[in-house]
Amino acid sequence: MLSVRDLQVRFATERGTVNAVNGVSFDLHEGKTLAIVGESGSGKSVTAKTLMNLLPRSAHVSGEVTFNGQDVRALAAAGTKHFFGVQMAMVFQDPMTSLNPVKKVGEQIAETLRYHLGRSRSEALSEAQNLLTTVGTPEPERRISQYPHELSGGLRQRVVIAMALACQPRLLIADEPTTAVDVTVQKHLLDMLDELRRERGMALILITHDLGVAHGRADDVAVMYAGRLVEVAAAETLFEDMRHPYTEALLRSIPRINDPAHQRLDPIPGNPPELIDPPDACSFAPRCDYAHADCLDGVPELSGQLGQHRFACLHPTGGEDSISSNRDTPRSGRD
Amino acid sequence: MAGSGSAQLRPQDPKNDVLLSVKDLVVQFPAGRKRVVHAVSSVSFDLMKGETLGIVGESGCGKSTVAKAIVRLVDITAGEVIYDGRNLAALTGEELRKVRPRLQMIFQDPISSLNPRRRVRDVIAEGLAVWGDDISSWSRNRVDELMDAVGVEASYGARRPHELSGGQCQRIGIARALALEPKVLICDEPVSSLDVSIQAQILNLLQDMKSRYGLTVLFISHDLSVVKNVSDRIVVMYLGKVCEIGSTAEIYARPAHPYTRALLASIPEPAATVEPREGDIGDELPSATAPPSGCRFHTRCLHATEVCQQQEPVSTQLGDADHYVACHHPVEVQLKSRHP
Repeated sequence: MLSVRDLQVRFATERGTVNAVNGVSFDLHEGKTLAIVGESGSGKSVTAKTLMNLLPRSAHVSGEVTFNGQDVRALAAAGTKHFFGVQMAMVFQDPMTSLNPVKKVGEQIAETLRYHLGRSRSEALSEAQNLLTTVGTPEPERRISQYPHELSGGLRQRVVIAMALACQPRLLIADEPTTAVDVTVQKHLLDMLDELRRERGMALILITHDLGVAHGRADDVAVMYAGRLVEVAAAETLFEDMRHPYTEALLRSIPRINDPAHQRLDPIPGNPPELIDPPDACSFAPRCDYAHADCLDGVPELSGQLGQHRFACLHPTGGEDSISSNRDTPRSGRD
Repeated sequence: MAGSGSAQLRPQDPKNDVLLSVKDLVVQFPAGRKRVVHAVSSVSFDLMKGETLGIVGESGCGKSTVAKAIVRLVDITAGEVIYDGRNLAALTGEELRKVRPRLQMIFQDPISSLNPRRRVRDVIAEGLAVWGDDISSWSRNRVDELMDAVGVEASYGARRPHELSGGQCQRIGIARALALEPKVLICDEPVSSLDVSIQAQILNLLQDMKSRYGLTVLFISHDLSVVKNVSDRIVVMYLGKVCEIGSTAEIYARPAHPYTRALLASIPEPAATVEPREGDIGDELPSATAPPSGCRFHTRCLHATEVCQQQEPVSTQLGDADHYVACHHPVEVQLKSRHP
């Protein structure tokens, strides 16, 4: 349904060219959830914005994006109306800044319906109320005439989701949809998105920094680091048989609820790399426990075929190269 | 307790070296038109020397207000904060100023909590400069020592906060807090705005600083896994009230308050001690200007009955464990197995 091939995004800045996204390729099938996991600056949000044609003009994009046989980047270049926001829609992290503060939420949802689907004002408003019911808003008849500041964070995010769903998109991109809300609300929102995806056979891209959110909610998980995909696999495979040292280190560094208290954490040393003029080497090598000298000789390619368990590492963990044998070798590649 | 009571306070005797105790703390803010925000309503807990107490709860539960009230960054409406035998709530002027270096705070947003116009070395040294010889003799060595302790190269001292990463800024925030040799370190969501790979570095650093400088820590977070990792004892708060308080092992192994259980069931990878459906509580937090009667949690609670609407529960000890809960219907399933 959605296929992304060799996507590259560069931004020219005063300090040099930022390589925000480098050669990202993936497929997404109808009705499936893909989680894109990464830390800030890993390129996950830029990838999403590229799909939605939301990048500033200064961005330099290359690569192919195909959605149901249509060339998305050509549609964007031609200024096609009623594609973005209709066939694919997006939900952002902060619901307060994605809503107009001086417009009633019902009007804001109705606006989408009127613009894209040509509904009349009254039709659109009653449809807006139905949409609010769909996303589990209590008292929708009262909510449609309220302003965003009168709603709680959880309700605002429901309004934003209702807007995104208004035109029955086939693909919903949710960029950190629950980062700004509390855990009890987060559970409701994620459950609801999951249910809507199932009911409508919609595809979902869930962008998150929280591996826990990806676990159990996604069919496939893509881990990004420094603008590249470093590991892509079915969710179960990724969490049980991860091969990229970054995925492993990330999972090991977070405290888990079922671990005993006061357990010493295993942090990833150092900081994520700069994306300006990155060296021609594995970008995780300076922080990697398994790095060898050859890690600095060029960027490792993602192994395997699309749809398989893929990882970009010369010395993967697990599998035949066991952790202990890797650990015993000197870290010659590390400075 | 989404209720009140102080059964959880430990007696002041030489065996229990209580360093800080908060008794019936009330903080209210005016909300205009004679309305009042009940941010903290009759909260009691204590901290023993060398202990780490975690406060956990969702936004609006009053956890940050408690922290700010202890160091008097907000006005205390009623109640006492006893530190080292003195009631901080009653101190003013010079007396308050003198006790403040003993209680230092670390904030959530590491970058905005540092003055952007100053070099980080000066940020760390400011407290020392203000206090002169009174507390600690100001010296270049002291700043170098602190920067070394928190793992920031001394050469970074000449930089300004925007030239450092979030993790490095939080290290500087910790160095600044430690400069005046505090006894109590209050951490308000210290890792919430950091990337996961950096969180663990800072949590380990806090643990190291605690043992190196013999600190007593109040650690506030919404993240149940993080709080579990650092705390000896835990307070669960909801809408300005304490729900449950006890040792970390007790709270996580036998959560008794329905709200604690809901939190543990709501996180993406739920705790093993609760059922996932226990997280299915309503998601609308009642207003803090007109909090619900009786137990403040009754509007969302899966176990609420009539008594919960009418009567505020009082904290009660569960058996003889270090575990207190303010609930009319605490979940007792697992409690039976405690004394086989």
